Amino acid sequence: MKSSVITFPGSNCDRDMDVALKKFGFKNKMVWHADAELPKSDLVVLPGGFSYGDYLRCGSMASKSKIMRSVINFANSGGMVMGICNGFQILVETGLVPGVLLRNKFLEFICKNVFVKINDKKNKYFKNVDNEVLEFHIAHNEGNYFCTNDQLKEIEDNNQIAINYCDENGKIEDQFNPNGSLKNIAGIFNKEKNVLGMMPHPERMIDRSLSGEDGSLFFKNLINNLK
Amino acid sequence: MIVNEKVAVDHGLKKDEYAKICDLLKRTPNITELGIFSAMWNEHCSYKSSRLHLKKLPTKGKKVIQGPGENAGVIDIEDNDAIVFKIESHNHPSFIEPYQGAATGVGGIMRDVFTMGARPIANLNSIHFGSPQNKKTKNLLRGVVHGIGGYGNCMGVPTIAGQTSFDSSYNGNILVNAMTLGLVKKDKIFYSKAAGLNKPVIYVGSKTGRDGIHGASMASASFDEKIEEKKPTVQVGDPFTEKLLLEACLELMAGDSIIAIQDMGAAGLTSSSIEMASKGNLGIEINLNKVPCRETKMTPYEIMLSESQERMLIVLENGKEEQAKKIFDKWNLDFAVIGKTTKSKKIELYFDEEKVADIPVNTLVENSPMYDRKWKKAKLPKKNKFKKEDIKHLKIIDVLKKILANPNICSKEWIWQQYDHTVMGDTIQKPGGDAGVVRVHGTDKAVAASVDSSAVYCWAHPSTGGKQVVCESFRNLISVGAKPIAITNCLNFGSPENEENMGEFVECVQGIGEASDYLKFPVVSGNVSFYNQTKDEGIKPTPAIGGVGLIKDYKNMITMEFKEVDNLVLVIGKTEGHIDQSLFARNILDEKNGPPPEVNLFNEKNNGETLLKLMDNNLIKSAHDVSLGGIITAVSKMCIKGKKGVNIKKPKYLINEIEYFFAEDQGRYIIEINKKDFKKVADILHKNAVHFDELGTINENELYINDKTKVTIDELSTSNKSWLTNYMSK
Repeated sequence: MKSSVITFPGSNCDRDMDVALKKFGFKNKMVWHADAELPKSDLVVLPGGFSYGDYLRCGSMASKSKIMRSVINFANSGGMVMGICNGFQILVETGLVPGVLLRNKFLEFICKNVFVKINDKKNKYFKNVDNEVLEFHIAHNEGNYFCTNDQLKEIEDNNQIAINYCDENGKIEDQFNPNGSLKNIAGIFNKEKNVLGMMPHPERMIDRSLSGEDGSLFFKNLINNLK
Repeated sequence: MIVNEKVAVDHGLKKDEYAKICDLLKRTPNITELGIFSAMWNEHCSYKSSRLHLKKLPTKGKKVIQGPGENAGVIDIEDNDAIVFKIESHNHPSFIEPYQGAATGVGGIMRDVFTMGARPIANLNSIHFGSPQNKKTKNLLRGVVHGIGGYGNCMGVPTIAGQTSFDSSYNGNILVNAMTLGLVKKDKIFYSKAAGLNKPVIYVGSKTGRDGIHGASMASASFDEKIEEKKPTVQVGDPFTEKLLLEACLELMAGDSIIAIQDMGAAGLTSSSIEMASKGNLGIEINLNKVPCRETKMTPYEIMLSESQERMLIVLENGKEEQAKKIFDKWNLDFAVIGKTTKSKKIELYFDEEKVADIPVNTLVENSPMYDRKWKKAKLPKKNKFKKEDIKHLKIIDVLKKILANPNICSKEWIWQQYDHTVMGDTIQKPGGDAGVVRVHGTDKAVAASVDSSAVYCWAHPSTGGKQVVCESFRNLISVGAKPIAITNCLNFGSPENEENMGEFVECVQGIGEASDYLKFPVVSGNVSFYNQTKDEGIKPTPAIGGVGLIKDYKNMITMEFKEVDNLVLVIGKTEGHIDQSLFARNILDEKNGPPPEVNLFNEKNNGETLLKLMDNNLIKSAHDVSLGGIITAVSKMCIKGKKGVNIKKPKYLINEIEYFFAEDQGRYIIEINKKDFKKVADILHKNAVHFDELGTINENELYINDKTKVTIDELSTSNKSWLTNYMSK
């Protein structure tokens, strides 16, 4: 399987993603934001970080960079595109997934482990994952998901919510919401479910010695689903 | 502008220093030259009050590749890998403008590390605030934490450990010390020594603006009521540009075109150019019209003294300019050839085709003032007033809950959750343990780092305090299974012109030196911050020690949380019942007198090394050093983190329960072992003449003391975790 990770100026989880993808069998290429063409890929990842220093609005400038035209075309033709953290912020700026990401409710950066419940498994990202709940890791300042009521209705009707913040038993309640996201939304798909944006970083959970191993589970499953 | 003695004094120079400048130049300096002298000769850059004493610190060792004198220290961690690290203060700016002050402190120390060719892999910090009741404290704390996070998070470097304390002596002068560790190949370390004639001098990074002019001079003076006016001397950070600068510099460093490189930190272009010339015994000629400026009509004086952030000065091999420029263009950074190296041994500046400065380099560096300041020996601590009988009746659990909720003991999760501590995917021990640990990427090795200080001990008896901090750093590294290698120090003190403060400095340094020499734990880098005082009131002496150690196989790392029910808990090291200056004495008895606990270097070394032996034999399940709050506080933290309880009993000593459980004797650790290993462990401890107590056995969820009183771990956990969150949300 071939993957591409885009490096924007200010990306800082690009290497971590490269390490994770390779660990689980992807042949990964790093792609510079100013390139015009994407290499042939089965998966494109927009990594975490602070593209363009988060200036103007998180993700907004990166969404206009040269490579993004190819990424958008790739996504629109059904290609798998995953945006993590700042990558998710870039995706909402392109409009590939609906909604916006606001500043965290308590106005503070949060770095910690969280539990997320998988809402939909009829997609290539979560199909065949046995668990209902995964332990993931978040590290962000602007992860407070918001959208209009009309958008929310559409999202729910199409089952576009990918994962919700919850407790270890999968209970989705306000007290387990780390950043104030609408409906505890931690990740969301486009209508066709080939594009996934999510705040948690599975690439930081790929080793027993790190924050946990549920990221390994996610990547192992993902590459199998793509085969 | 005409330069005279008054102008010189306004620049922070003393009258005799101004006379010395005129003497050295054999003429009156012009205003640009005066600015340059004032920047190079202030305390912050010249170490004029401290140099004499710093020379006495042990700085050499088998693992030391580079000691003090470069941008940062470098130690060998085998297999051609080296760790570059340093700690630096940003106290004055952080009090004036907490967000930017703290942020640029973090930015500055990371630049010091990547200037040497190392990719930063971990950040730490030691931050100290006034009393929680002081009306400024909350906003300063919030601003500093946001600033540290704002910069480090954006750079994508994990903040893996730190220390926070509150004490009313910091009411008017908070401390913000930032430390960075970087990883480099031993044969790819870059230095700041210029070499060769007519080599191009290159400016890269951000443009120069009018921010931070005289920042280093500001940091070399006490505060008074006009402090608000000093805001323009605080630099403004841009971590995004620094991230680009990091990547661009590392890309250029992969080749072989750099002769010397130096970041523009305190005193900006002035100190960077002069340091490179001085180390290379060369001259440097700069055309200031070529310096990229952010604002129009900047004068030579402003350009030379600006402390705009995220800038570097490089001496390049001839003919490599185009190739280097391409890299900086790719990262959208300024790149300008602004001058060349010369044989004149002078710093010569041109502006609008006129020579605006002409100063022999040695007058600025070698001939800079050095003072043997007068200092007073510290008085012996006063005797305490409490009686042993008074404390016997205290209820241990009530006292324990108060201590766990004490601002200096309580969980600092509210702080470190705002720092990205997991980016780079190698953090294997997060904040909240004895030391932070990151793997050396792609290898089995890991590096442990910790930062410590004990202002109260240093205040009560400076030389003992100085020794103690080094020992605590040693213990924290050993507690996670690391072999301690070297330290960096950040020496925060009041005014060196005050004999008592100077005495505290001299004696603390003496203590640090003694301990680091004995423990073979040399000082490889550091920084001195004097004048941490408002009007006449100085801070408690606060040397902060950043220690670094190596774990050969990261899978053998030790953590502090209790692991398994029925395992045994032992105390390594002897408890004499030293209560004076303990957290218990100061906060429960309100007793501020008495000496700090004595430091026995033989025991420190022997206990620590024996514990490492036990770890090597896989006999240790968890470990934690005993420090503030004594044995029972250490045990409680291990319970809280491990969500387990423990039955503990005071051994049959002469001292009473309170003394045994809350004393802060040094050289002690709590360890958890499997019952079946007891004999092996006891044998090794006996053989090495290490004293130990059998403290108790791990249970499900209660702290059970002397078969009499008990408390659930949940209750202790609530006491420990709620203070800071509640304080900040009020």
